[in-house]
Amino acid sequence: MNALIITTAALTPVSRLWRSASAFFIDFSMTEPGALPGRPPTFRQPADAPPILRLRVAGVCVARGGRRVLDNVDFRLAGGGALVVTGRNGVGKSTLLRALAGLLPLAAGTIALEGGAPDADVIRLSHYLAHADGMKAALSVGENLDFWAAYLGGGRDRRSRPPAEALAAVGLSHALHAPFGALSAGQKRRAALARLLVVWRPLWLLDEPLTALDRASREKIAQMMQAHCSLGGLIVAATHESLGLDGVAELALGAPA
Amino acid sequence: MTSAVFALFLREWRIARRIGGSGAMGVVFFLTLVVIVPFAVGPDPNLLARIGPAVLWIAALLASLLAFDRLFQADAEDGSLDLLHMGETPLEVAVLVKCAAHWMATGLPLIFAAPFLGLMLQQERMALLGVVATLLVGTPALTLIGAIGAAATVTVRRGGLLMALLVLPLTIPVLIFGVSAAEAAAGGPVPFLSPFAILCAITLVAVALCPFAAAAALRHLGE
Repeated sequence: MNALIITTAALTPVSRLWRSASAFFIDFSMTEPGALPGRPPTFRQPADAPPILRLRVAGVCVARGGRRVLDNVDFRLAGGGALVVTGRNGVGKSTLLRALAGLLPLAAGTIALEGGAPDADVIRLSHYLAHADGMKAALSVGENLDFWAAYLGGGRDRRSRPPAEALAAVGLSHALHAPFGALSAGQKRRAALARLLVVWRPLWLLDEPLTALDRASREKIAQMMQAHCSLGGLIVAATHESLGLDGVAELALGAPA
Repeated sequence: MTSAVFALFLREWRIARRIGGSGAMGVVFFLTLVVIVPFAVGPDPNLLARIGPAVLWIAALLASLLAFDRLFQADAEDGSLDLLHMGETPLEVAVLVKCAAHWMATGLPLIFAAPFLGLMLQQERMALLGVVATLLVGTPALTLIGAIGAAATVTVRRGGLLMALLVLPLTIPVLIFGVSAAEAAAGGPVPFLSPFAILCAITLVAVALCPFAAAAALRHLGE
């Protein structure tokens, strides 16, 4: 498994093969299910790897304040895949992510993450990164990450990483003891992204993850997301910018049919 | 889950200690309220001794009300509240833990300050003990009832006043039995234990019910 991560980061032909393979397992459609039929997985999983997860979103409708914001959203995403949700401002990208995270009630439809523990809820299997960072300014970055690791149930999965290692992955290893409130906007965003690493949860729901990040940081985050996908994780991101990943599927919300 | 609960308590405690203000501010407000009472009612020692427990209780109630509005609002603003939903700990337990940490940071200092402020109101030794005992048992109920108000007004900008309007009527039973037990301790027609037992019961009921009410209010936030 480790060899796989390294090769992914190094952009060797093996990783390209992996990425193009994972891109095949994503299919989605808006309001017309079955436009792109899902293909069965055709690659061999390593023997010790957990089973492939599948996110299945069918006919999801969400109403906020009496107005239907999302109407009949369908898509499927298999482990190792990334999906970018696009659309103009106010079309419901953030609403979709909140609904996926289980923070909004669905007016209709189902959201299921199949292939994991049988009774696991999507809300316990996903990381949600909103516009707000979810960190306390009065605590140090390390204390914030320690808290989320304990609260969100880290340490149980061997793919969870200690805070220092997670910070190194986002290029913030020097900021472990710095108060979170003293960081710049981009550094705060990176510290918030490090939270996704301290607890292994397969589904990442990212709302504009690259806000305020410079070019070097974007590359680091792209590597981090690539590594997450290569471990069998899934990413659904709402963004107007490129994530820097290959083989990313796109879900255009509010596009004319 | 135990480690998650402990981690949440530690986080809340650290934030309360580091940001400061809330605990010390509450005590200063408590002191101010107690000090201005003799200016209003006159410096008659007998009168002050008689109304002392009531003054201390009202002042403690208002002082503990001061810090409630940030109980969940700070978490809602920085996005932690959404993430608290996503842990393996039930939200009700998280609310209870936050209340416990909040009480330790803001309620306990009031209880420590109460006997010293009681001296300014001509309280006898038994009356001071009564006030401390009733505050120790009664203020957790105030915190828990306040948590409902804080959860219900979490999205309201400057919701402090609205929260006070919601919370104060609900605290009347605590006030009644707290003051009557404190007065009974100083010697009165009622035995100390009967109002004190009811005060304990109110707190236990608050522990059992308030986390559910507050968590339900928080769950309906996003809708």
